[in-house]
Amino acid sequence: MVHQYKLGGYNIVLDSCSGSVHVVDEAAYDMIAMHKELPREEIVSIILNKYSHRPELTETEILSCLDQISALEQAGKLFTPDAFEPMAGAFKARSGGVIKALCLHVAHTCNLSCSYCFASQGKFHGERALMSYEVGRRALDFLVENSGSRRNLEVDFFGGEPLMNWDVVKKLVKYARSIEAEYGKNFRFTLTTNGMLIDDDVIDFCNREMSNVVLSLDGRKEVNDRFRVDYAGNGSYDTIVPKFQKFVKARQGRQYYMRGTFTHHNPDFLNDIKAMLDLGFTELSMEPVVCPPDDPSALTESDRKIVMEQYEQLAQLMLQRQKEGQPFTFYHYMLDLEGGPCIYKRISGCGSGTEYMAVTPWGDLYPCHQFVGDENYKLGNIFDGVTNTAIQEEFRSCSVYSRPECADCWAKLYCSGGCAANAYHASGSIRGVYEPGCELFRKRMECAIMLKAAQDELKS
Amino acid sequence: MDLIKTLNTRDLCESAKNGGCGECQTSCQSACKTSCGIANQECENKTGK
Repeated sequence: MVHQYKLGGYNIVLDSCSGSVHVVDEAAYDMIAMHKELPREEIVSIILNKYSHRPELTETEILSCLDQISALEQAGKLFTPDAFEPMAGAFKARSGGVIKALCLHVAHTCNLSCSYCFASQGKFHGERALMSYEVGRRALDFLVENSGSRRNLEVDFFGGEPLMNWDVVKKLVKYARSIEAEYGKNFRFTLTTNGMLIDDDVIDFCNREMSNVVLSLDGRKEVNDRFRVDYAGNGSYDTIVPKFQKFVKARQGRQYYMRGTFTHHNPDFLNDIKAMLDLGFTELSMEPVVCPPDDPSALTESDRKIVMEQYEQLAQLMLQRQKEGQPFTFYHYMLDLEGGPCIYKRISGCGSGTEYMAVTPWGDLYPCHQFVGDENYKLGNIFDGVTNTAIQEEFRSCSVYSRPECADCWAKLYCSGGCAANAYHASGSIRGVYEPGCELFRKRMECAIMLKAAQDELKS
Repeated sequence: MDLIKTLNTRDLCESAKNGGCGECQTSCQSACKTSCGIANQECENKTGK
């Protein structure tokens, strides 16, 4: 499958199934579009006619370019057929019952009351609760017991607000470190926080132990304080920004993300990116809100048009800043074309419900953090293991080929079928698709690949 | 005259031969928590690429 598009002054041709990216001249762009449809003589005639203002584009040059296109096809870099479907179940089947990542909901409570929160202010539509050390420790044992030969185990401290149960977080990290060598494991911890309770102890501990921290900030003060307020309605911006700045400075290059959400109220989210840059943050992520379409925060059709333009402008800003020696990272434009995921990973998609589960404060297991609180999707618990095997099989059978809507999508090996939770909330089935999300995803990939083309040009 | 420039990319067909070790990040969980794609993630197999 070939996807051609023009963006930022580049003519880009993606060969989806080989992963090849070609940056081409406008005439070559046209030739590739016609290559499978028309005989060579006809293509030559059309190109000569269309580009008569380019005397250097002779018949010989055009034939040479057509030969190059054929050679790329022969080399498996263009018009590569999709032959991966028979491998679709192999990756998840091979992993068997292996679990390698848990999201520990250490606090189903929060010190902010953000109305757009998918976790309903941290309660996940249930009771407020904190995870006990005993439950957390059992969750870590459960992970080790079920991780087979996997070495790297990921554990995220999530909420609600995990810093509201900080002592338990620290004790759980200490416990995990104490069993790593014995079991031949490497724990990677992540903390997602709203920042309200960050202090020197949190900073020191996280910088020693957390491989990544995700810091929630929506950008401009007025945008952040629209939703990210305490229970009295006071905005959090003035409290959290100095704490985040101190935290990031002390992190000294270790991984972090400033993570914001944009909604119907700020589809011009590039201004929030710029606000974060002005504050000195360079590792950034702004995400479209996840909520029902009738929610007042939901992005409308006209918002999405603005967002699409913002994504393009964001790519241009990144390029400009790179040229000026002030680069920054946007999480969704991170692509490693030379070393990204293998094809097994790309066709099997998200490991939710199989390799990855969320654990509630009581020790119940759910396929991922976005399913917590939905009793239909309760998988079991950390004491008895997975008992709802029917639901787990539903997740195991998900792949990029299990959604008919993805069959002809050029981006399917970039998104791998997308998010099961988004699909479920949008369509009622984890095998559905969340098309508005797909549209934004495709745009992000086009921008990210265009950036790669531009960066390649800067190098040469 | 070179009208086509091909960027260096991992050959996905080739990755079928030595991929699938399973050590990579399994979901969006340690990152954005809502909307990342698989392509954003890193390959952990430093020897098999």
